[in-house]
Amino acid sequence: MTMAPQSTQDTSLSGIFFGIVKRDVRLAWSQGGTGTMALSFFLIAVTLFPFGVGPEPQILARIAPGVIWVVALLACLISLDRLYQADFEDGSLDDLALSPLGLTGVAAAKILAHWVSTVLPLVVISPVLGMLMNLPDGAYGTLLISLLVGTPALSLIGSMGAALTVSVRRGGVLLSLLVLPLYVPTLIFAVGAVDATAGLVDPTQPLALLGAASLLALVIGPFVSAQALRLSLE
Amino acid sequence: MVFERLSFTLDPGELLYLRGKNGSGKSTLLRLIAGYLRIHGGTLMVGDDAWWRGDAALSEALIYAGHDNALKPVLTLRENARELTRLMTGHAVGDVALADAADVFGLTGLLDQPVRYFSSGQRHRSNLMRFAYLKRPLWLMDEPTVGLDTENREALAGLMRAHLDAGGMIIAATHDPIGVEGAMIDMRDYQPKVSLEEAWL
Amino acid sequence: MHRFANPAQFNRLADRILPWAKLVLAASLVYGIYLAFLGSPPDQYQGESVRIMYVHVPAAWMAMFCYLVVAGASFTEFVWRHPLAILAGKAAAPIGATFTALALITGALWGKPTWGTYWQWDGRMTSVLVLFFLYLGYMAIWRSMDEEDKAGRAASILALVGVINLPIIKFSVEWWNTLHQPASVFRLDGPTISADMLWPLFMMAIAFKAYFVLVFLYRMKLEINRRKLSVLRMSRVTG
Repeated sequence: MTMAPQSTQDTSLSGIFFGIVKRDVRLAWSQGGTGTMALSFFLIAVTLFPFGVGPEPQILARIAPGVIWVVALLACLISLDRLYQADFEDGSLDDLALSPLGLTGVAAAKILAHWVSTVLPLVVISPVLGMLMNLPDGAYGTLLISLLVGTPALSLIGSMGAALTVSVRRGGVLLSLLVLPLYVPTLIFAVGAVDATAGLVDPTQPLALLGAASLLALVIGPFVSAQALRLSLE
Repeated sequence: MVFERLSFTLDPGELLYLRGKNGSGKSTLLRLIAGYLRIHGGTLMVGDDAWWRGDAALSEALIYAGHDNALKPVLTLRENARELTRLMTGHAVGDVALADAADVFGLTGLLDQPVRYFSSGQRHRSNLMRFAYLKRPLWLMDEPTVGLDTENREALAGLMRAHLDAGGMIIAATHDPIGVEGAMIDMRDYQPKVSLEEAWL
Repeated sequence: MHRFANPAQFNRLADRILPWAKLVLAASLVYGIYLAFLGSPPDQYQGESVRIMYVHVPAAWMAMFCYLVVAGASFTEFVWRHPLAILAGKAAAPIGATFTALALITGALWGKPTWGTYWQWDGRMTSVLVLFFLYLGYMAIWRSMDEEDKAGRAASILALVGVINLPIIKFSVEWWNTLHQPASVFRLDGPTISADMLWPLFMMAIAFKAYFVLVFLYRMKLEINRRKLSVLRMSRVTG
């Protein structure tokens, strides 16, 4: 079949990219969005640990980096469920797939929006939780750096899982099953860095490895997400 | 897989209706042209170039409206239109173009209301509105007339005629030609005789 | 359709391989068990418990090998959309998961007399545990979708992401904490364990491989038949 071509208006790819980012950040923080949910979960879940392991300051200080990181990871995970599913359910995914930006670019924009809207607030609030968990004074800086460097990997890897499970009813459990094993290296390097600082050791090496993990996730995350999203359009 | 010996050409200013009962593959063919589905054996040409899915040229040439209304309930109609325009062009939608588009389907008073308060008919018209404010040469419409009253059918027909007169192209999957002249493909004629799946037997 | 994608042709090929696989399995298993229990000496430090190695090490090899099969099938599916490749991954994954579980369980049983504990968060054990989780995810995604083709494609994408991640996971957990001895069989300067132990190890490895071939082919035939059945059912429904 043939169709005659026709001239089209010029498009601005960066305009599209940041348009999607703004749209998703806004939706995440509007009614029914996941931004507030993940933040509340983060706060509540961390405060459970002193109840669980006892309030001794030394014990809390020892486990603080791990607890904050694990709970941040879980908070990120529960918000990933809706990353593409809302768009899939209301038909917006059809529009996203037709954007001149291409689905890989769209996925990248949505991942960035997820990180900004949902994960960044966790990073910002983490020093408060550090205080609750009696984190050693010197470790706050490394905790923040490790979260800033490492959490993009959480959004990027999680996006692949979210895209794979987008058409699955109640895909949240399946999503955790797919994504959590892939989170292991990020968690190890991040907590390794904070623990190193708390033990007065140079955290550069684990931080560098953490950055490498995030970069690798950046390379494959949007592309794999786009491939998985294509499946749900068929 | 789904069709056999199906072939057609669409020139500027032409309208093509896809007819057939539910499950005959009207929607599938539309989604195939839109690039959502992969073509197994067969070609889709634009001028002299093959058209493949994910092609930027493809996405800049067409708009698609399917069964789902692709509206965000928490956003107003205006905001929904803004988001869609930005998604497709990277630019802001012109207020005049938007007001004109809303006027076509009698949605002017609803422009600044959140979509969650809309009835299903209003949502459908809000979805059709995209054809008026997004300037694209090829329109792919899946059951555009469902749930439209006489007045809005006329409005839609007028919109389609204007698009065709301006050299646009439309492919519409519907059993309901709404008074606009167009060619017709009956999907029944292209049902596959041999299923590819039979290779498993 | 691809030439080798012809299911009937595949079935004929499988039927020719199956008797040989059974023969090799029976012979190597009997001889391997004999060597493992009677024909090899106890270890000078570990005593009789070293015999667990003859199950543990081949099972761990198979855990990796099966993942390679799943990944290879996924790659073939992803790039060429080969209809049998997709089923090959589906057929191989549960076998791999079983071997992985076997490696973990025998590892725990061997760890108790050797290290004094069933479980150590040691690098290699942890990475095998994560490998087990990857198998679970792969199988879960297959079960989650009604449409076989979509499920298979999604599972393939996951398996390929897993391939990129496995070395990183392995590296990270070993960097994190490690107890295991360094490689002692596959080394450039030749194996460091004695030939008395190497023979039963290789016999058992062959037996496990033959078992894999056998079960894999049966499972492939099963999947092809299921596919046939669903096509037949579909044709009934659509008339």
